[in-house]
Amino acid sequence: MRRLPANFLLGAVLVSIVVGIAALSLIWTPHDPQTMSISTKFAPPSATHWLGTDQLGRDVVAQLMAAARNSMTVALVAVLLGGSIGVALGLLASALGGWVEDGVMRLADLGFAFPALLFAIMLAAVFGPSLTNAVLAISFINIPIFARVTRASANQIWTRDYVAAARAAGRGRFAISRDHILPNIAAAIIVQATIEFAVAILAEAALSYLGLGAQPPASSWGRMLSEAQTLMYLAPQLAIYPGLCIVTAVLGFGLLGDGLRDITDPRLVRAR
Amino acid sequence: MFDLPPTKTLTALTLAFGLMASASAAAELVVGMQQEPTSLDPTADATASIDSMMTQNVFESLTTVAENGEVQPNLATRWEVSEDGLTYTFHLAEGVTFHDGSALDAEDVVYSFDRAMAEDSVNPSKDIFEPIESVKAVDPQTVEITLKGKDAFFLFNMGQGDSAIVASETAEGNNANPIGSGPFKFDSWTRGDRLTLVKNPDHRDAADVALDKVVFRFISDPAAATAAMMAEELDAFPGFPAPELLPQFEADPRFRVNVGSTEGEVILAMNNAKAPFDNVEVRRAVATAIDRDEIIEGAMYGQAVPIGSFYPPHGTAYVDLTGAYAHDSEKAKTMFEEAGVAGETMTLRVPPFPYATRSAEIIQNQLSEAGIDAKVENVEWGFWIDEVYKKKNYDMTIIAHTSPNDMGNFARGPDYFYGYDNAEMTALWEKIQTEVDPEARNELLKQGQQMLSDQAVHGFLFQLPLLGVFRQEVEGYWASSPVLYMPLKGVSIAN
Repeated sequence: MRRLPANFLLGAVLVSIVVGIAALSLIWTPHDPQTMSISTKFAPPSATHWLGTDQLGRDVVAQLMAAARNSMTVALVAVLLGGSIGVALGLLASALGGWVEDGVMRLADLGFAFPALLFAIMLAAVFGPSLTNAVLAISFINIPIFARVTRASANQIWTRDYVAAARAAGRGRFAISRDHILPNIAAAIIVQATIEFAVAILAEAALSYLGLGAQPPASSWGRMLSEAQTLMYLAPQLAIYPGLCIVTAVLGFGLLGDGLRDITDPRLVRAR
Repeated sequence: MFDLPPTKTLTALTLAFGLMASASAAAELVVGMQQEPTSLDPTADATASIDSMMTQNVFESLTTVAENGEVQPNLATRWEVSEDGLTYTFHLAEGVTFHDGSALDAEDVVYSFDRAMAEDSVNPSKDIFEPIESVKAVDPQTVEITLKGKDAFFLFNMGQGDSAIVASETAEGNNANPIGSGPFKFDSWTRGDRLTLVKNPDHRDAADVALDKVVFRFISDPAAATAAMMAEELDAFPGFPAPELLPQFEADPRFRVNVGSTEGEVILAMNNAKAPFDNVEVRRAVATAIDRDEIIEGAMYGQAVPIGSFYPPHGTAYVDLTGAYAHDSEKAKTMFEEAGVAGETMTLRVPPFPYATRSAEIIQNQLSEAGIDAKVENVEWGFWIDEVYKKKNYDMTIIAHTSPNDMGNFARGPDYFYGYDNAEMTALWEKIQTEVDPEARNELLKQGQQMLSDQAVHGFLFQLPLLGVFRQEVEGYWASSPVLYMPLKGVSIAN
């Protein structure tokens, strides 16, 4: 068997840690992440509080774990939602061609031109800031990305002989898209999804940092950062921990995505 | 001195030659402000920072209030009160002009009062003009004000920003280009950044004004405020937003820290006109659910005094009612259950001030311990003023009421954002207002505090402290503030 690339391995390890912690938080955290104990605020690391407590006496480890779960959930929902719409649009564009393809792609260009943050602020202004709106905004920016990748990959597959054979056998465009195109471009989509996962984690952190994402008392790395920011002089560790978590998660998914591409992209394999 | 831009050098030279005084450069004070207003007219907007920048600096009123709460002459150099206490005759200072050069006379006073008292007036404290029957110009230097009944707070109220004297020609533009008669002139306002005032050389007390230029810089973020102060970009931050950082400034020999009191009662306001807060039992349950000590420790780092009603603890009529609803989550839970609101979701719309956002998180936690799910929404100041204050579209909010003698808020009826309508309270406030004997008035004020506490109109949290950080060289700032403003007339920078 071929040696797996180093970025893939490192990414897989980091992602396993983050996802593992997020999954663990579903059944166990060292303390309740929301329980305040103001008399023991800013406690240093100890046997009970491994990384100490924050400005309201909440356990930092428990909060980081709950925030990991929040982050993973948001990224998963946003990528799945944005991804499925994007893939569907991409397949549709590729299958029908002509003005449909042009229309979808111009819409994608439009979507690209619209900054996600601005869209999130707009949603927050109209419907009030909430995690749901943040998820919607992140999903929205994923749509054109997936639409483009899908269309580009699908167009290549449409030129293959087996697709021509299927068409000659009288199969419809949508059936071909489903049975022949989609399975053959799945690798490219999975790679894109992994990379977009990292982007979504970062976007959620940014929106929560600005107060447009997770609302209190929900734990979020971005929100922990923004709260810690005012306490930088007093307790810098409170900003460092969520910062490190964001870096780990984003780096992990980024490397994993790169690694997957290296493994699956036939052109890169041949070039090696 | 050579890196100064040419205009600045020129100003410095003009001043040096013009005054033939010391050779020192123009005295410039840079002040940090946490809250940026959306308008600059104290007679048209309730935002407290308008008063802290404008009142008695740019705008003047008939009287003014000293640091100890005493009423002093201002535009009116003296006044007489008739035997029955209903007619006040004010004598205006001679030769006062507005910053645009026009003269300030009795007609301007009459105009200002008519404007504030008009049916469509947008004055944020319309109630202080309620007792006034008529305002008359006797001659250009004399104004006669007749009251409907005796008003104990009348002279005090005449010293507020709400009763600033403005000119009819410029009143409409005061929200963006304020023109008053004070010791400082408005120079410029760069929204989101800074507001600049310059000394008014034509002011009658100009000789006593030490500062040539005052720059207010708007820094809402406590961390940025700290950084700016540490870098000595700011000379003073009279309303410092981060109590947790005071020890650090106290330990630094470059700075002086002041912890004073204000008239600001911080309350967890409940919309009394809206279910479930129209039910007194629900409000009592909220009062029982909150733990003031924890809020003060967590949000203010211990730097605040708890209140049990709506009256400042340093006032002469203060009664300690903080024990009225002892904190008891279990009891609160039972009370919510009995009132049939257990497990309900309520929104808590919070304005962007650290005292409010930090308290909100703790209150949310305390309410959840009592079985109530409070949804915290952190909103912008403009949104708050519009949706919460004007449209009364909220369940709960947290806000400091910084005006002095503001128990009358509870007598403003259902139009005010409290949604509180109690004829008994309205009648009591009427009595308080018309009672001129201080002893008897204090008794009534005590009754008022008791009534508000009994009905648990709001969750009464703590008195907002006046936390100030100053460079050692800055002198003359008030340590405590009995009013909303902070006069810069007496402030100086030692060399």
